Amino acid sequence: MVAFIIRRLLQSLIVMFVVALVAFTLFQFVGDPINQLVGVETGLKEREELRQRLGLNDPWIVQFWRFALNAVQGDFGISYQHKRPVTDLIVNRMPATLELSLISALFSLFVGVPMGVYTGLNRNGFLSKIFMTVSLVGISLPTFLIGILLIFVFSVQLGVLPSFGRGEAVLVGSWSTGLLTSSGIKALILPAITLGLFQLTLIMRLVRSEMLEVLRTDYIKFARARGLSNSAVHFGHALKNTLVPVITITGLQLGSIIAFAIITETVFQWPGMGLMFLQAIQNVDIPIMAAYLILIAFFFVVINLIVDILYYVVDPRLRIDPSAAHGHG
Amino acid sequence: MKKTLTALTLAAATVLTAQAVEAKTLKWAFQGDAQSLDPQSLNETFTLGLLGNIFEGLVRRGPDLAIQPALATSWKIVEPKRWRFNLRKNVKFHNGNAFTADDVVFTYQRTMKPGSDVKTRMATVKDVIKVDDHTVDFITEVPNPILIAEWATWYIMDKEWSEANNAVDPTDIGSGKENYATRHANGTGPFMVKSRETDVKTVMVPFAGWWDKPKHNLTEIIMTPIGSDATRVAALLSGEIDMMYPVPVQDMKRINSNPDTEVLAGPELRTIFLGFDQERDELMYSSVKGKNPFKDLRVRQAIYHGINIDAIKRKVMRGLSTPSAIMISPKLFAAHAGEFKRFDYNPEGAKKLLADAGYPDGFQVQLDCPNNRYVNDELICKTVVQMLAKIGIKVDLLAQPKAQFFAKILRPKRDMSMYLLGWTPGSFDSWNVLFNLHGTPNKDSGRGKFNVGGYSNAKVDALVDKILVETDTAKRDAMIRDAYKMTTDEVAHLPLHQQGLAWGKKKSVDLVQRADNQFMMYYVNMN
Repeated sequence: MVAFIIRRLLQSLIVMFVVALVAFTLFQFVGDPINQLVGVETGLKEREELRQRLGLNDPWIVQFWRFALNAVQGDFGISYQHKRPVTDLIVNRMPATLELSLISALFSLFVGVPMGVYTGLNRNGFLSKIFMTVSLVGISLPTFLIGILLIFVFSVQLGVLPSFGRGEAVLVGSWSTGLLTSSGIKALILPAITLGLFQLTLIMRLVRSEMLEVLRTDYIKFARARGLSNSAVHFGHALKNTLVPVITITGLQLGSIIAFAIITETVFQWPGMGLMFLQAIQNVDIPIMAAYLILIAFFFVVINLIVDILYYVVDPRLRIDPSAAHGHG
Repeated sequence: MKKTLTALTLAAATVLTAQAVEAKTLKWAFQGDAQSLDPQSLNETFTLGLLGNIFEGLVRRGPDLAIQPALATSWKIVEPKRWRFNLRKNVKFHNGNAFTADDVVFTYQRTMKPGSDVKTRMATVKDVIKVDDHTVDFITEVPNPILIAEWATWYIMDKEWSEANNAVDPTDIGSGKENYATRHANGTGPFMVKSRETDVKTVMVPFAGWWDKPKHNLTEIIMTPIGSDATRVAALLSGEIDMMYPVPVQDMKRINSNPDTEVLAGPELRTIFLGFDQERDELMYSSVKGKNPFKDLRVRQAIYHGINIDAIKRKVMRGLSTPSAIMISPKLFAAHAGEFKRFDYNPEGAKKLLADAGYPDGFQVQLDCPNNRYVNDELICKTVVQMLAKIGIKVDLLAQPKAQFFAKILRPKRDMSMYLLGWTPGSFDSWNVLFNLHGTPNKDSGRGKFNVGGYSNAKVDALVDKILVETDTAKRDAMIRDAYKMTTDEVAHLPLHQQGLAWGKKKSVDLVQRADNQFMMYYVNMN
């Protein structure tokens, strides 16, 4: 187990290296940072000097190598736009993104699973049909549109929830949290729903189809034959067996929630990493782009690792000696 | 006795309640944030505008953009190349330090260092000499009648504070280190920065020790950038913020139809124009090989006649633009701007001109256009494409975000044949326009930096040199007119319009909208 974790962490280094390499080849096409760094009246000579000092005249592979050497030592450079160390910026912005992502994931899980179970058990119920229709909307409407619709209804028309920002955040240690103030929690509701809606529908549909599948299996029939109560059959036996794919999807989706928080953060002006990344793209802020992409790659690797470990917990078959497990493949 | 006491208590209570009622917090949003609080780090409208509430220059601009005394009370040209400024006495920085001539000399030195982006403010200045604690002399290389034109955004920093906080040099990302002045400010202006998180929130409070009498009634200001247009509009409609800009033109109606909000619209100084590559011998991205049709005046005239500017104003800009015949806002050249007229919209005449030039069937060319820089920039370009199709010129449009667009079209790359660009002269003066947009490009002097098309006329260049040093206003204006006459007749560029400003605000907020699009909070009154 320990060897497995160490191996995966080493692999993550390779993943991050490759992501950085690909990112740097792409940075050649995002535009010229110098134009964003100086006013329009600044002369060509000064622009050229600045470009030279920032090392932007070097071939991309040289720039990449310089970046990689510094990054290994934990130095991601200075943001062109914010003029502050990128590491500080990311540390400042990360809590907002992680809180939003986590709450969205929990929301989609705790609303999605019961809805999935319900629609799986009452296939033709009226409520099921409503759930299924709503889930279609969740899957097909783009995130930014959902966000703007929610803002229109709850901020502009009803005036009950804020349309932008994170409310009042308080510092707990070095972690700024919005979960401890009422304005922070209010500000979190709309973005969390916007970000979690797609996952919610995905989880709901997944649980539903898995439930339908499992309910047809022999051991469920056997459980019923044993005279177990409905709830014991549904939740003790059926639901438990649907959870392996749900965990996989939720886990993998958590990575995408963090990564795709970009759009939700932009719509709600949520001060997280995603918003910062989007602005960095607009302004060709290469140090932030590079650091963010590597960080997201790292998140994906770690989340996958956690998902793999969770399998062990949920599925006893995987705890058998791996050599034996390979035997029946 | 008892009565007096009651009266006193009552009076005190009234004062207290009055003060409680008077707590006025202005919450407003812009689409982005100032990059830095360092006043010498970036020459950009919004950054300098925000800083203009915290810092001050020797002079400032009033609501009508007229120059007013600020940190200098008066000035005169003692010799053609020596300007003497009398500095205001008893002015304090936010930290209590006194403002003296040393701070002016220090700011000059800081401005000239690497990393500073406001060197143009001191372009002709050779030296700054302290005469006494409240008098400084500026020595220029040549007589410069518009020396102070750009000084309203040349902000004075505190020498002692900068030295104590290791901020003697301007922010320079090339150094790889953070500068204290990036997130901290110590100016002499009406507002102090209480807290700041870049791109998230900036809180400001009035500076009690400001030398001038406040015209505002604010007790606190919260500035939040909101990048998404729809969200910014929603935040104003829902009453979460009191003011925001820019208003997307398509949302103006929505804001005006809301009972509590309104749009404040006015002309801006920026001129939007089309440019043509007149430098290359063969046009890029064109069906014409071996020659450059834009070198032919008749082709440029044809395109001018092919543009229906009223349609652009009505359909694209929804009335929020002022069609322009010259490359500067008429407001900034009141003396003679009225003498210039746009070419009429005449597609038939345009076709004839094209035929005369040897392109009876037109030709094909590419238009480069930004899509997130100016008001409805991409839509303007699309409309131009349709209009030019009617006179036989087939235009392929390449609209890109500004980061890619500027890198592609500007010198040294100049990877374009036709482009759309906007220009505001930082000095509010025509010399800036003639020097940067119409002068023959010259890398050493910096002339023609933004003359991307490469228009070149030796007579215009000669006038540009003369205008710079001419101190007689009437003579100077006449020369400016002559230069514009040549560049207009020869269609050096094709001016389209001055785009409009649109600010959204609650009706209960009184403010001043300046045509340079800078928001001065010291004019704000909240009712």
